[in-house]
Amino acid sequence: MKSYTYFPGCSSEATAVGLDVSSRSIAEALGMELKELEDWNCCGSTPYGSLDELEAIAVAARNLALAEKTGLDLVTPCSSCFVTLSKARVHMMEKPQLKAKVNQALAAVGLEYKGTVKVRLLIEALMSDITAETITSKVKKPLKGLKVAPYTGCQEVRPRFGFDHPENPIALDTIVEAVGADAVPYPSKSKCCGGSAVIAEEGLCIELMYKLLDDAAKNGAECIVTPCPLCQMNLDAYQAKVNSKYNTNFNLPVLFVTQLIGVALGLKQDKLGLKKNIVNPNKVLAKYL
Amino acid sequence: MEKTQTMSFLKEVSQVPGGEGVNLCIQCGTCTASCPSAKIWEYTPSEVIAMVRADMRDAVLSSSSMWCCLSCYSCTVRCPRDVEPTSLFHALESLAIKHGYKPKNTTTPVMYNSFVKSIKKNGRVSEFQMMMGYYLSTNPFSALGMMSVAWKLLSHGRMPLSARKIKGKKDLDKIVKKLNEVRGAQ
Repeated sequence: MKSYTYFPGCSSEATAVGLDVSSRSIAEALGMELKELEDWNCCGSTPYGSLDELEAIAVAARNLALAEKTGLDLVTPCSSCFVTLSKARVHMMEKPQLKAKVNQALAAVGLEYKGTVKVRLLIEALMSDITAETITSKVKKPLKGLKVAPYTGCQEVRPRFGFDHPENPIALDTIVEAVGADAVPYPSKSKCCGGSAVIAEEGLCIELMYKLLDDAAKNGAECIVTPCPLCQMNLDAYQAKVNSKYNTNFNLPVLFVTQLIGVALGLKQDKLGLKKNIVNPNKVLAKYL
Repeated sequence: MEKTQTMSFLKEVSQVPGGEGVNLCIQCGTCTASCPSAKIWEYTPSEVIAMVRADMRDAVLSSSSMWCCLSCYSCTVRCPRDVEPTSLFHALESLAIKHGYKPKNTTTPVMYNSFVKSIKKNGRVSEFQMMMGYYLSTNPFSALGMMSVAWKLLSHGRMPLSARKIKGKKDLDKIVKKLNEVRGAQ
């Protein structure tokens, strides 16, 4: 069993609780030991970096320094935490003066960041360390016939830390096929949902979501899967708003890819947080639950 | 401070983490063509970069443009010169805040502030506190339009009202305080 330091991210305690619960459950079933980083703080986040990049890097660095002590790779299921932590790491690697400043700040609480910890996305660790073949070998309920739109979103692949193709990623397709379901062609797979901008620029973001839902529906998807907390929340919680603005009747459950894997592994519903989903996935998943 | 004000805007931008690539731009327009929110920008992404190069400090920092960036990194992936426009726009946002600009026609800075406030208070983001802070400092009535979404999240156990504070909150404060001392000394 391979061990990792686990960084759940703030959304794991609120809007993305389903991602956290299902990540922990499938990791256990697939032989990954996730040890939660003790007393982790916010990853630094995109808004923090926009207001004050250096401060955001220092906030991220507390997590990196704590994680470094464990000697294990730092794994997060959240696309956004992955980008922010990776960005802090690369800034400190490329700019020794910046790293020195951050280390002076960390020294105030007896911490030091050396630069040895690896930051990884849970999905990448699943693909690289566990492999799709192993997932397939552990499937108890093949999701035969289920048509799934694989929606990667932008954060996971686009910044230079991504492990998959930045505009035509295939990891999610591979996972969907590995659990026996059909990945439908989904040209919008790496388009942006608007992220947290939905709060301040709702009109624009609802339009982006409409395009994503429309593309999934037109390609015959019965549900959408994504690894990203923001993509999931937007497409799930705002789907009714899209319907009323565009006079559509989308009823597409939006699952975390970890939830989809969990269903195929035969894990119980409450271990996957499926009741947290707003567009009810039970009808689509009835055959497999 | 005096040092910053006499420095050219272009030079100042290129010294912020993320702003280093500004000198590499060849104005091909790929960033604007790739941007999913370009239509709401006051000046398009490539225009903003040209304006920085033309040293138009006031026009750039008072505009709402960079606040419209969704941080999707499409431009960064496609830029043939590795300008990394996403990071550049973040750098411009941070300079606008640093120099006290309050752009009109966008409430994104208020949202970002509310977000960071929540981190500084607890060490983690409370999505509920962040949203409440945002609506109270913009237009509390606009929160009514959000009620349906908020209720869905609440009733599905996805929007806890209370925030959890990390044990090392004081450590985090010390790190930030020390960082600002180190930064100020230079």
